[in-house]
Order: sequence, then C-alpha cells, then structure tokens
Amino acid sequence: MTAGTTTRSATRQGALGTSAPRPDGIPKVQGRFAFSSDAWAEHMLWGATLRSPHPHARIRSIDVSAALALPGVSRIITADDVPGQLTYGLITADQPVFARDVVRYVGEPVAAVAADHPETARRALQLIVVDYEPLPALLTAAAAIDPATPAIHPDGNVIRHQRIVHGDQNVVGDVIVEGTYDIGMQDQAFLGLEAALALPDDDGNGVELYVATQWLHEDQKQIAACLGVPEERVRLTLGGVGGAFGGREDISLQVHCCLLALATGRPIKMQYGREESFLGHIHRHPASIWLRHHATRDGIIRRIEARLVFDGGAYASTSSAVLINGITHIQGPYRCASATVDGWAVRTNNPPCGAMRGFGVVQACFAHESQMDKLAAAVNLSPVEVRLRNAMRTGDTLITGQVVDSVAPVERCIRETAALPMPTDLADEPDPLDLPGGAGLTADRRHVRRGVGWGVSIKNLMYSEGFDDYATARCTVRDGAVTLEFATAEVGQGFVVLAQQIARTVLGLDDVYLEPISTNVGSAGSTSASRQTWMSGGAVDGACKHVRDQILAHVASTHGLEVSRLRIEDVDVVDDLGTLRIPVREATTGVSFTHTFEYHHRPTEELDANGQGNCHVAYAFVAHRAVVDVDVELGLVKVVQVATAQDVGKVLNPLAAIGQIEGGIAQGLGLAVMEEIILDNGKLRNPSFTDYLLPTALDAPTVVATMIEEPEPLAPLGAKGIGEPPCISVTPAIVAAIRDATGAALTRVPVRPQDVVGA
Amino acid sequence: MSGEPEFYDLRVNGATHAVSDAWLGESLLYVLRERLGLPGTKGACEQGECGSCTVLIDGDAVCACLVMAADAVDANVTTVEGLSAPTTLTDVQASFLAAGGVQCGFCTPGLVVAVHHLLDTNPNPSENEIREAISGNICRCTGYGRIFEAVRTAREERVAVRARGQK
Repeated sequence: MTAGTTTRSATRQGALGTSAPRPDGIPKVQGRFAFSSDAWAEHMLWGATLRSPHPHARIRSIDVSAALALPGVSRIITADDVPGQLTYGLITADQPVFARDVVRYVGEPVAAVAADHPETARRALQLIVVDYEPLPALLTAAAAIDPATPAIHPDGNVIRHQRIVHGDQNVVGDVIVEGTYDIGMQDQAFLGLEAALALPDDDGNGVELYVATQWLHEDQKQIAACLGVPEERVRLTLGGVGGAFGGREDISLQVHCCLLALATGRPIKMQYGREESFLGHIHRHPASIWLRHHATRDGIIRRIEARLVFDGGAYASTSSAVLINGITHIQGPYRCASATVDGWAVRTNNPPCGAMRGFGVVQACFAHESQMDKLAAAVNLSPVEVRLRNAMRTGDTLITGQVVDSVAPVERCIRETAALPMPTDLADEPDPLDLPGGAGLTADRRHVRRGVGWGVSIKNLMYSEGFDDYATARCTVRDGAVTLEFATAEVGQGFVVLAQQIARTVLGLDDVYLEPISTNVGSAGSTSASRQTWMSGGAVDGACKHVRDQILAHVASTHGLEVSRLRIEDVDVVDDLGTLRIPVREATTGVSFTHTFEYHHRPTEELDANGQGNCHVAYAFVAHRAVVDVDVELGLVKVVQVATAQDVGKVLNPLAAIGQIEGGIAQGLGLAVMEEIILDNGKLRNPSFTDYLLPTALDAPTVVATMIEEPEPLAPLGAKGIGEPPCISVTPAIVAAIRDATGAALTRVPVRPQDVVGA
Repeated sequence: MSGEPEFYDLRVNGATHAVSDAWLGESLLYVLRERLGLPGTKGACEQGECGSCTVLIDGDAVCACLVMAADAVDANVTTVEGLSAPTTLTDVQASFLAAGGVQCGFCTPGLVVAVHHLLDTNPNPSENEIREAISGNICRCTGYGRIFEAVRTAREERVAVRARGQK
C-alpha cells in the first residue's frame, strides 16, 4: 500500500475518525428541526394529566362532572377507561396507568383530560374532584427495609436485595477506614419537555405516536399492553428529542396520550410544563452508602465491606438494575480480593427513581472515591499514589468473580490526567466573575482558598445480568447512494452522524440518507448504558458489511473476477492484483442491494446468591482532577478546572466525543455543588428551573481532556461507549477539591454552603 | 377558550401576522409557536430561567415566555426563523456547527439569537462577557465548552470582517 492511499483514506471527509458534520445540525441551528413538542395535526386536542397531591392516600371517589361540563372539554379518562393491562413498567409492570384505589407518590397520575386549548385542559383539571383519604406515608429508605413496616404496594417494600460475598471473609487490614456517604436526588433536567402527538387509526383499534423517547420498541410493547391491542397496531416514530440522560427510558405520557386519542377519535397533543416534567419522570436514586476499606500500611486494598441503600420511590422502574450496578461497582477501578457487600433498592412514597446517566455507579463512585482519599491520608500517600498502587488492570478479577477482559488503562488514565496542565493561580485582584458567587459580587478575595481533588471510575457498558441485548439496522445501496434504517433513538448524542460515518467508511459511498427513526425496523434497544455506539454501531457496521459483500460479489460476477480478490478501498472497488479500480458509485448504478442485521453482544449471566457471576459485558474507565476556589466565609464554590483522561477505545468523531466529555462533566458538577430535588413529606419543593439549580455558562469549568485510544477488541468498532464515564468520577473529584480547600468532611452531595461553612 | 376573544397584529421577522380569536393571557411564545407557525422558538421552563425562548423585541433579547403576545403589538419581533433563509446560515449558526456546539439542539435556537444579540451589541466580547451574556441560556448537553468555542469563532470572524472593511 502506498503512503498516498493511506493518507487519502484516513482523511476522507465524513468517514470514521473525522468530525463529520451532524445531518441534523443545519435545521437545529435554524430552528427548523422538529422536536416532539413541535408536532401538530389538524383538529388536534390538547391532553393534560391530573396528579396526586398526596404521597399516600386512598381514593374514595373521583367526580369529573363539573370538568366535563366545561366548554371545550371533550373527554376525561381514569383507571376505569384503561382497556388493557392496568399497569406498566420497564422491568416489572407495577406502576398504574392511572391510580385506581390508592396513590403512592405526589404526582401520580389519576385522570387525563382532552380539550380544545391547553388552558381549557388546565382549568378542567382544577374542576375534577377527587376525594382522598390520606394514609401514613413511608418516606425513608431505612424504614422501608424494616420488615415491620407495612407494605405500601402488593409487591412489598423491598424491590430487591442482593449480596456480594467474595474471597476470604476473615481478612482484617492493618489500616481500616470507613464512612457513610449520602447522595441526593438529581434530575435529568433535559431541556426538551416531555411531548407527544398521537393519531388514532380510522378503525379505532390502533394508533400512531410521535414521541421523544429513548427506546421506541419498549414503549411500543408497554403501550400496546395497556391499550389491549397487538403491538403492530401501535406505530411509533421518534419525535425530535431534546436530551434524555435516562429520564425518557420509562413511560411518562405515552399511554395517556394514546388512550385519549382512541377515546376521542382525534389527534392528541400532550406536552408537560417544567413542573409537571419534574413530577412525570423518574429521577436519580438518592442513596446512602456505608463503606469500609481494609488495607496494608502501604495502602494496598485487602478487603471492602459495604452496605448500599437506594430509595426507589413508589414504583420499581429500573431500581433493581441500578442496585446491581451500584453494588458491583463499589470497589471502584481498584483491585480487591475480598468483599462483603449488601445492597437494597426499596420502595417508598417518594417520587419514583430510575435511570440517569451513570446508573447506580455515580452513587457508588462518590463513596469509593471519598474512601480512597481517607485511605491516602491514613497511610500518608498522595491521592494519586494510593490510586496508582491499587489500579485495576486487564485480567484482574472483580468482586463478582468476573474477570475484566476489557482494555483497562486505569493507570494510564491517572498518569495522563496528572500530566495535564494546572490552571493559573487566582489573580490578586480578579474579575468578580472568576470568584465563587460570581456576579453576586459577594466574595472577598482574602477568603478564597483553592483546592485540588481526584476521582477515578469504572463503568459497565451495555445491559447486564443475562439480558439478550441487541440492535437492528438495515442498509440499502441503490444507484451509488446508501440508505440506513434503524430505530436507534437520537437524543442529541449524535448517533445519526456516526451511522453515516460507518456507512461511508465501509461502503466507499459519500451520500448516506437516513430513514425516519421508527418501529418500521427491528429494535435497536435503548439509548442508554453507553451502549449505542457499540450496539447500534455494530448493527449498522454489520448491515453495511453484508451489503459491501453483495456489491463485491456483483462486481466479481460482472467482471469475471474472484470475489475474494476484491475489496473496497476508499471510494473504489479494487482487486489485489491492481487490474481493477472502479468507483463504488459506478459499480452500484442501476442495481440495488440490501441487508438487515441484528447485532448481539456476548451473553452475560445473572448473579448468584453470593453476587458471583459474569454479569456485565465490558467496562470503561476515566480519571478526573478538579481544581476549585472556595469562599470559606460564605461556603460558595467555583469549579475552576477539570482535567480528565478517558478510556474511549477509539475516537470515532472527535467533536462529538469532546462534547460528551464536557457535557458529562457539567452534569457531574451539578450533582457535586448544586443539583438536588428537595422533598418535604414526599412533595417536591423545587420543581422549577428557578429553584432546581443547573450549571450555567458562568458555572462551567475549563475542561482539559485527553482521550486514551487503546482499541477494545470486544467492540465492533474498537470504540467504547463514552456517554456515562464523564459524569461519574468528576463529582467526587470536585468534592475532594473542596475538602482540600476547607478541611470539611463533606460526606454528602450536593455540597451546600452550610456543609462548608459549618464544618 | 373562555374570555373575550382577542384580535391583533404582530410584526414578526418583518412580516405582519394577524392573530385572531386568541385568549388575552397567551404568551408571545405560545402565539409564535401555536398560532403563527413559528415553532423555532422553544419553551422549557415558563419562568425566564432557561433562555430557550429567546427572541428579539425591538432589538432587545427577551424571553418570549414572559411576554404576553398582546404586549408585543407595535414592536418588531425577530425569532430564530428570521435570522436566515432556509438555504443560508448566519455566521453564528455556521460557527455553532463548526465548533460542535449542537447536540440535542433544544437550547440552540435561543442561544443563536442570544449570541447574535451579544455580537451585535458588543462585537469583541471578552471570555467573561461571553459567559455572562449566555448565562441565561441553559444547555444540558454540551457543558458549554463547544458553545464558547462557537462564540469565539464567530467573534474572530467578525473582527476579521471589520478589519478587511477598514483597509
């Protein structure tokens, strides 16, 4: 191969490895991209949901007569109007479409209205009279574990308990450090509020739904069951998704919207406002974690003991899987031969919790990284040195007995992060915007102290515990152009451009068209668990490679050549004798080829009673170093810089990759210092963007990032998922930096001013 | 909808639009999106906290969710749709794409309007002026890094254009 050919291939515009432009980019900057909230239909009605004001109450009666009499109201539905299954859920169908006899959390749907205007619908909700008999509410996870506490749901209060017992149980360390760590309830706070448009079929037995979701086929299955119709009568198309982060994995308004469409025979638009969004989707689990490390005097971890409790709220959602992620990642990216771990996911009358970016590992990481700093202090090592001494490597055995056969460059992540430049010192007379408190002009430079902290993490990729996870894609080549079809939810991450890049690289064709993302093709699984680059990327890659082979066979037969001698090089079909070179575009003119491919990852296993088993598919690693300035008088924090080295396998689109890294860091910063849903007797106190604080442009730290490219042999494209790791260990790194600046113990996140000042 | 129906004209992106049979309480955001067929302006908080609904009213950047539509009568309203024709991009729109400032894209229209407002009123903003100017526009996907880069790119381009004009 000549050097010239290599260079040409590597830099071909739009191929893998380039920052190819997103196909949805131009409409998005012009305001012409259609989000699900922009969907509209002739004669449509607006749907709205009535929700419980009580954390736990019996419903004595529901009177809709006054609401129904309001001009403009078409229909009101309750639990009595659900023709199919009365409940839904991702893992267990334990959540009612509408509460019938009892409500179990503040915000639980009780009824839905269809009206001619959103304001009419809102007023109709106020006219529905529900007679509630309040019941004692179960509001703490600790009480939920107690067998003496009355069950608040027929399935009981413990959603799942799982132990891990591994190695010699009698190991006692020369050095023992322990602590209890609490993690607050974080919200996904995607910008694009829940919205959908449902169009009823003429015969009234089916529906077409445009919706922002993470997993079209799972929605289809759950909706069809509740409507009592065959799955093929519920056809879903992805409405433009304004972010997801786990919060669109569960059903929110989908079933209500379809029910109203079938009940009225009219198109129904439903759209939550921000307050309803906080009530209408699941959140990140609050957790309490006790963790004890046994180590040698040299700081080598010998044994861990842990107890993790996740508050799942009123319904199961994905709590059981979040729990397994929490307990199986509690060792962090560190070698450990002995462990006793107990974990619970419990049901309470708090809002339901489920998936959010990091999925159980965020909580575990805050605990294990806080512990690593305690261990470092106890054995008089630096935070970096104690982590290096324990860093996991490929081939190590986890506390589940599973061997890490993924690429595991933990040591490299730490060393390369440490090598990134530190920020300049805070000026003696800084711009007030550079101080903690910023434009509030509250900080006094003399009270500002700087701190540095570390966090390192391990994150599983894809689904676990024996789930047969797969993704489907169809590739068609006709007249020199590629058309791809898949049901992979594009939620902002950029799978749409990655799919095009894969097709261009495999097929040597530049024009790649994408069919609407819908249930017209097989499931792609969920856009979650850092899985779509691997899974749907694998499916698109597989489909394109089959089509490539069809093209090569076609060229072989038309030119009388042996197919085994042909390949696609750059944009040409060539043979290895150098006698043939024709553009793929030309070779496919007037003919068409198609293939549908299903990619499955290798099987995983359930954990046994001792928490042993090959339950995860693969792992990714990352290190974070945070630098903060803290106003020690006011307890205000400014995150100055975050440095990170992330194990990505292979960079497929550099701009998209850095976007994931910077975006994840901002969400981890949010959990560290500002984001928390505050509950009072099960009621959300701050369901708005005025009161639930999100990082703004003034809160964003400078990010210095490096991506570690050691291609993953298990992955179809050599690339690991990169969505979740950025938001995991940055949170403990920031908290460690605040500890470094202040000496405060800081055992909970988010860190509040009173935690810093009161220390 | 209850209450006396309202009829008024709005001047949006240089064109006059008749609003008929509206409820007086409707926000400019609602009327733009639901009555005038201009869904480019997004709503995400209803409280003026997130900036997704940023539009220009007589050249000032405001949150359309906080303005009653009937209050914008006699004003010139510019929405994201008014910044460029379907086949063209402004310098700011092009820089958002080049810098990777777009992920889910929900905050993007509001940010594009806000950055136009910034560069039109302060052609050479400092880093902190950029941060402050867009601190009312929340982005949940990007962590802002690529958006800062996009604003810098557009700023440098405008500085270069002006320098060429002065020669």
